[in-house]
Order: sequence, then structure tokens, then C-alpha cells
Amino acid sequence: MAHFSTPTELEDYRRGLVERNEAQRPCVSICAGAGCLASGASDVIAAFESELASSGLEADVDTRGTGCPGFCERGPVVLLYPEGTCYLEVKPDDVPEIVARGIKNNEVVERLLFEDPITGERAKHESEIPFYSHQERTLLSSNSLIDSRRIDDYLAIGGYSALVKALFEMSPEEVLEEVKRANLRGRGGAGFPAGRKWEGSRNAPETPKYVLVNADEGDPGAFMDRALLEGNPHSILEGLMIGGYTIGAREGYVYVRQEYPLAVENVTLAIRQAEECGLLGEDILGSGFDFSVQVHRGAGAFVCGESTALMTALEGRVGEPRPKYIRSNVKGLWQKPSVLNNVETWANVPLIINRGADWFTRIGTESSKGTKIFSLVGKIKNTGLVEVPMGMPLADIIYKIGGGVPEGKKFKAVQTGGPSGGCIPEELLNLEVGFDELSAAGSMMGSGGMIVMDEDNCMVDVARYFIDFLTEESCGKCVPCREGLRQMHKILTNICAGRGKDGDIETLEDLSEVACEASLCALGKSAPNPFLSTLRYFREEYQAHITEKRCAALSCKGLISYWIDPEKCKACLICLRKCPAEAIEGGKREIHVIDQEKCDTCGVCLEVCPARFDAVKKISGEPVPEPLPEAERAIAAGAGR
Amino acid sequence: MKTSATNHESVDRIVEAHLGEASSLIQVLLDVQAEESWLSQDALERISERLDVPLSRVQHIATFYKAFSPVPKGRHQVHVCMGTACHVRGATRILDTVQDLTGIESGETDAELKFSLETVNCLGCCALGPVIEIDGKTHGNVSTAKTEDVLKGYR
Repeated sequence: MAHFSTPTELEDYRRGLVERNEAQRPCVSICAGAGCLASGASDVIAAFESELASSGLEADVDTRGTGCPGFCERGPVVLLYPEGTCYLEVKPDDVPEIVARGIKNNEVVERLLFEDPITGERAKHESEIPFYSHQERTLLSSNSLIDSRRIDDYLAIGGYSALVKALFEMSPEEVLEEVKRANLRGRGGAGFPAGRKWEGSRNAPETPKYVLVNADEGDPGAFMDRALLEGNPHSILEGLMIGGYTIGAREGYVYVRQEYPLAVENVTLAIRQAEECGLLGEDILGSGFDFSVQVHRGAGAFVCGESTALMTALEGRVGEPRPKYIRSNVKGLWQKPSVLNNVETWANVPLIINRGADWFTRIGTESSKGTKIFSLVGKIKNTGLVEVPMGMPLADIIYKIGGGVPEGKKFKAVQTGGPSGGCIPEELLNLEVGFDELSAAGSMMGSGGMIVMDEDNCMVDVARYFIDFLTEESCGKCVPCREGLRQMHKILTNICAGRGKDGDIETLEDLSEVACEASLCALGKSAPNPFLSTLRYFREEYQAHITEKRCAALSCKGLISYWIDPEKCKACLICLRKCPAEAIEGGKREIHVIDQEKCDTCGVCLEVCPARFDAVKKISGEPVPEPLPEAERAIAAGAGR
Repeated sequence: MKTSATNHESVDRIVEAHLGEASSLIQVLLDVQAEESWLSQDALERISERLDVPLSRVQHIATFYKAFSPVPKGRHQVHVCMGTACHVRGATRILDTVQDLTGIESGETDAELKFSLETVNCLGCCALGPVIEIDGKTHGNVSTAKTEDVLKGYR
């Protein structure tokens, strides 16, 4: 591996890479992100390697496993360069055809291209697919251009040029000014201006100082940071080094949850490569700036995403938050000035330095600049990672990019901000995404999870789900959070089970108020949000659960019943055999009846009843119709009832 | 299960790899957990001794973080994703099914040390929800019936 002692050596090496035209070499790039790996991407990579070898193309065509391009729904995603042809849902069996026709003969394998669901037109490039064409991918676009395990790939697309610019053309004050002017706000949740955080640390008298990456992405249903760390770890290191240079830190830490083994591996490898190249270590490129980075694996605690808890965990102790009478950028890790920013925030830094604050502030709204990555999941056609300019209306993200709700179901709400966020109903879908806009609607930006829910999702159950999650994850330090959440969870569980009573909503509101006011950290303060926001927009669902014992979404197990419509049942025995509770009576040519006493409402009968019979019904809030008297249950042979 | 002598050997090796620093306690515990699949009382005592950290603090950490197990794990690690995306697509029913089939609740290991069952908050494969992961292999879009088929493949 090359070693650089001056910026000129780095630039010469980079020029060499570009001149050898590495970027124009034919290359098969296969997404090796977690989502695609789960749908079999490693088999596809292996198939390409062996197929290229047996066709004698090994030396002419590269194969690389890349970071996530975002379109998880249709993975594994394969891109053929230099043309940029995009093939979706590629199976190992498709590989020989792609190699023979797509690579050798320069043809296009039509059947693997994206097909527009309405017009039926095929799209050859990512940019022609609606999922991508409405996005603005300043961060994610690099993911499919580089193999995150090769530093050369990152250098070839201009990697570490922002570091060189900062170290040799700008003073720390100038870098700070640029970040402040860009109004870069923290992507991890609260949206605190990064520049102000940095300035506080820079001005703090104590040394040493630290810069930290928060990659403890604990929100269920969110995987933006993972995609960046797995797909482009050098960009985060570069941002971190620029931050270190600005505030005067010589040490950095990456706190990454151990549940992300590939991210841990890739970032560890990236650090080693940067060290070998002389991009980390002492006197980097002859600038006099020393910097080293260590990886710390998180052992699984949601609360460690909170800044003070994370720093306590870094010190090798139990990750409990501490009071912030003095902010952690002044007294943080080891009581020293420490700047902690989220992965996505750090990844934006090299772009701001290279392209300038003016470029950055052209994207976004008045108070929220730049782009934001969201993980668009749940009841949505195009699940995946999407990067959009701040200020895009929620409706555009959900319908234009996400393709709307599948199976003709009706949209109900979108949940943003993770467990501490809230649900936004249909009437607010024109809301523009931004830190302040989402907070005003009772939700928050959070780290960027966006979970779409349809008519089958019960909002009381959703609140119960998040409160359950937060009860489990409360560190237990503050009583209002530890005990209050437990009581809230109990009441919500009762409501979902049909045991709700008058006064429950008021008790929940009281408990919420105390938790919001009297908890130490943001986890406790924001924990009641899932309840408060669903109550704000879906109060009638709470009332229906409590007074009518009815779950409109037909989702709460304790409030629903299954029954078999005797007019439709053909006595086919399928549900009777499959019922795990043995709750279905009947026989051959004898209409089936569910014994409501035995039924545990698991729903298998509904799942297995053939669609052409459609005899099993799910009801809530109304009495189950009386079964037919036994004498009338027989179906005469051949008599089409 | 390994004897305590081997335990000490691997604990010592891991402690040395982390230069014996007290601040690396969590990293040491993670490595021991990965190697032994659990944290025995014996191992905890040895770590406390080698890192010069009070045993009470080691115990506190070993019980606070979810990655650590105070009992031996089964041969197959079953993780049922309970992330939000999986939840809205019916993960609760999948968990019920796995619990019925294995006879253990989340956080438990069966008597034959065949399965250990854990729920996890998000595996990051939301497009495939509901998802279960067994020994690191992801099974996506599982239904009640498919879960049964998948589990049958493990002995």
C-alpha cells in the first residue's frame, strides 16, 4: 500500500488512479449491504466471480461488493459499469445470462430491469427509476461507486481531498466558520447546530479534547448510519479528522453497536488502511497534525445513544446518563471537552469543506439545510434508504419515492423519530420534513426512521409497542422513567386486551407529564411521545378500545374474534386441521364452527381459508353470531350451498 | 463447556490483547462472550482481577448490557426481530410461533442446549420483514408456516 508524506504525493497517487481510468473499467458492482446479503447477495457475488473466471473475463472485469444503494425492496441490486445498467432482484441463476449477454455482447438483459408498474416501461439506469429520480443523493450516491474495503476506490472519487484542503488551505477557525455558515444540524435526533457544538469545545480551555462518532443506531427500523459505515467508512473518518483539526483534538472514537458486525469490520479496516497510508497517525501529510482513531463496540443498550451515557460507556462503565449542568462539549469523555456527532453528520463535513457552505445551504429549508437520509419501511411498496433534500413534503417521500401503500390498503399514519418520535396522520402529509416542522407536529426528526402504517395497524398498539420498547431500555436511574413507563405500559396493555376503563387516558396523561418534566435524559423526557402523538391524532381509537371494546384496525388480539360464515364454508377441513388450539369443530360435509372459548385468536384459520371460499371473518366490538344448531350443519354431497 | 483452566487462558489472552486497561472492560467482556458464548462467574472474577476493577462493577456491566449472558447459550442462536417495521408486519405472531415450537421464552435456552432465543430491536433488513436470524443467517418474509419449516432444519 502507498504511503503519503505530503499532499503532493497523495494528489499524484490520486491522479495515477484516475489516469489508469479505474472508474471506466468494466465492473460488476453488487450491493453487499445487510439487506441484500439477507436476500442472497453473497451467492450472487460468488456466482459472478466464478462465471467471469470460467468465461476468461476475470482480468478485464472487476467484481466488487459495495455499500447499500438503498433499494432494499428489490435486492440484490447489481450495477454494471461503466454503463451503469441497473439489474434488480438478481439470483445466482441469472448470472450466466448477465455475463454472456450483458458483459460479453454488450446487450441489456431486459427482464431484470426495473419495470414501471403503470406504464410497463423498462428503466435501464437508476436515474430513470422513480424511487431514485426523486431523491437527492449527495451522501448515498458514493456507496455504489466504491468497494468500502479498498481505500483506492475512495481516493479515486476524491477521498481525503477535503482533509487536505482543511489542513493546508484553511485555519481551524476558517473550517469552523464554514461549518457554522452551512448551518449543519446534528443528524442523530435533536438537530443541535454542529458548528456551535464544535465552537464550545474549541474554546474550552482543558486538554486533551476528543471527537466521537455516535454509531449506536438503536432505533428499531432505522439503518441509515449502518449503510454509511458499511458502505463508505472513510468518509466518516475524514469528517472526524476535520472535526479533530478544528477543535484541537488528537484522538477520536467510533462508538458502534456490536449488532452491526459488518460495520465494525469495515470501519476497523478503514482505520488500519488510513494508518498505513499515513492519513492517520503523527504529522499527517507533513501538516504537523496528529490524529488517531479507536473503535469501541457497544454492548447493546439503547440508552447509550444518549451523549453522556455513550461517553460513560466509552470509559468502560455502565452507560447511564449524567446531568448536563455543563455540556459534554466542555466536560465530556473523561471530563474533557468532547464533540459527539452522529455518523451522518460527520459524513456531511467533507462535502461542506469541498463544495462550500453556499452549496450546502442551497439545499433544504430556512432552518434545516442539506439532505437527510431516511429509512423508509413498514407498509410501503419500495422499502429502502432514501436521501432527500430537507423540506420535501412527506407525501412525496411516501408516494413518489416509496410508491405508496401496497395491496390497495389505505394509508393511516407515518411514524418518524424512532421510539421517542410520533405518528403523523394523513391530513398532515403535506408537512415538509425538517427539524422544526416535525417537532411542531408532535413528532421529531430523530435519526431518520420513517415507518409507514396502514389501516390494519392499530395506533394504540403502536403506542404500546414503543412504550414497551422504552420500558425495557430505560436504564433505571430516574423513577419517572423507570416506574412511570412501566405503569404506562401496563395500562396500554390492558386497553389493548379489552380491559381498559374510564380514566385510563387521564392517568396516562399524568404519567406522561411527570416523565417529560422529571427525567434526566432525552430518553425519559421524550418517552411518552408515542402515546401523546397517537392520542393527539387518534383519540377516537383509544376511546373505541376503552368504551366499545373495539379495535377498528382488527389488530389487538384481545379485542377480536374469528367466526366462520356458514353461508360460505365448504367444510374443506383445512382450517380445522391447521388450528393450533384445536378450537374448530366440524367434519367432512359438516360446516365448521369456531369454539370461541378455545380460540386464542391466532388467525391461522383466516390465513389458510382458500380465497375462493373467503369464509373466515375477523370482527371486533360486535357479538359473534350464534353458530348454526348442530342439526343444520350438514352439507349434502354435491349441493352447492 | 470448557474447564476453568482454559477459561483463564482465553480470558488472559483477551485481557492482554486489550493491554490490560480498565477502560477496555466492556470490550474484554464482549470478546470473552463471543469466544465462550457466555460469561461464567469464574471468568468474571478473573477479569476483575486482571483489570483491577471491583467485581461489583464487572457484575453491574455484565447484567446491564444485552450482549452478555450469565448462562451458557444453546447450539443455535435464534434472533426474532421485533423492530418497528417487523412489528407492523406481524412479528409478534412469529415470536409466538417460535416460542411454541422451541418451548422457550425470549432470553431462555432449552434444557438440551439446542436453541437460545432472543428478541432483537432491528436487524436492519426491514425490506424483508418479518425477519428471523438463526446462527447469523437471515430468513426473511417469514410466515407462521415458514417459521416452522425453517426451525425444522436445525438439529
